[in-house]
Amino acid sequence: MDKYFKVTTRTIVATGLGAAIFMLLFMYVKVPSPVPETSFQTAYGVSAFFGTLFGPIAGGLIAFIGHALSDAVQYGSPWWSWVIASGVAGFIFGFAYKNTGVEEGEFKKKDIIKFNTIQIIGNLIAWLVVAPVLDIVIYAEPINLVFTQGAIAALMNSISAGVIGTFFLIAYASTRTKKGSISKN
Amino acid sequence: MRNNLFSYNLVDTPIHRLSGLTKLIAFLFLTFAVMFSYDIRVILAVMAFSFWVLRVSQIKFSQIRLMVIYVIIFLATNAIITYLFSPEEGVAIYGTRHEIFHIAGRYSLTQEQLLYQTTKFLKYSSVIPLGIIFLLTTNPSEFASALNRVGVNYKAAYAVSLTLRYFPDIQREYVDISLAQQARGLEMSKKAKLRDRFKNALLIIIPLIFSTLDRIEDISNAMDLRGFGKHKKRTWYNSKSLKKADFLAILISALIFTATVMVSVFINKSRFYNPFI
Repeated sequence: MDKYFKVTTRTIVATGLGAAIFMLLFMYVKVPSPVPETSFQTAYGVSAFFGTLFGPIAGGLIAFIGHALSDAVQYGSPWWSWVIASGVAGFIFGFAYKNTGVEEGEFKKKDIIKFNTIQIIGNLIAWLVVAPVLDIVIYAEPINLVFTQGAIAALMNSISAGVIGTFFLIAYASTRTKKGSISKN
Repeated sequence: MRNNLFSYNLVDTPIHRLSGLTKLIAFLFLTFAVMFSYDIRVILAVMAFSFWVLRVSQIKFSQIRLMVIYVIIFLATNAIITYLFSPEEGVAIYGTRHEIFHIAGRYSLTQEQLLYQTTKFLKYSSVIPLGIIFLLTTNPSEFASALNRVGVNYKAAYAVSLTLRYFPDIQREYVDISLAQQARGLEMSKKAKLRDRFKNALLIIIPLIFSTLDRIEDISNAMDLRGFGKHKKRTWYNSKSLKKADFLAILISALIFTATVMVSVFINKSRFYNPFI
């Protein structure tokens, strides 16, 4: 378990800069969906990518800080239930850390399946459990409304993290030196 | 893309003179009070108070115009879909039904629904001035020290300050990459199909992410060389000591929070104010 929660200076810096990218994409690079108050957020692809490279602490904080700050800048105040849910999703994405061969330049079928399973579990827990429950507890929103929004968010964020996250990880893996790429004569 | 996102400007008002720690604590107390309560009287009181503070801190409407537009759109859609999804939510909450008139099918206008939605509308809109005040009167570099002093681990607080420090850089880089790619013929305007535009947006994010990964190495090496994270605590260059006015502000916001909880516990006996029984 220790390997997931080790915090180094690099983790902190990655969190800070990752959150800045998350915030930028969250505000400007999104596709509105037909259902009100939800949109296709490319930012979750970034939090899944950073979570896989830097672990659950970085993944969770990136989504939490990025979402909270972009809400604050756009609306004046964060919508806490969804900010917390974003943090939970990012945290769970982080369990792909060191479970794939991406640092060794290998991101093949097996790794892709592993990454996407973790990512989908994270999104389901965050958007079908955490977000709607907190919406009801904190804001007393109608039950059927929050679960509908949650289901749509789960679907779209899984696609975002799946497509964009996988795409970034493959690109990143191809820049890494492969294990055993140098052989002794 | 707006460039001055955190339009923090230094004006000498009582609110600006408060320390960041005070403002963070007051912000948390007041927003939690409004988030907790569903009593329209309490919410109106907090709202009046926050508009008064907004005046005192001399924030101009031109500074917050865009935010206000976003918020109004958000609140309007929220009100409409709440009604579409759950036209009888108010009836379920207050336990009575006073119909004003029938619209169609399962939709009719009841006094309960009207009260529930008005309360909700005011509840959400009263949080906004609080957030705006906090954002526009707090020096961003003081924010991290304030977070640390309310008990957030300093490494996490430092991550927030890094985000605020590097957001403008990353934004500038995004614009640069985007213009460079467009000069090479990447279509980003409305003329391209939605799918292509989306794919092209990704082609801009990729270089942004790789240059950021390089930058992460540089910054963390520099911080390691200066001994970041060696000790359990750290001090902050930008942190003000608390003065009399700070304690007064914390006291007032704590009182408002306690009063809100008391009203719910002793007068309403629930989070909702129910005038129907």
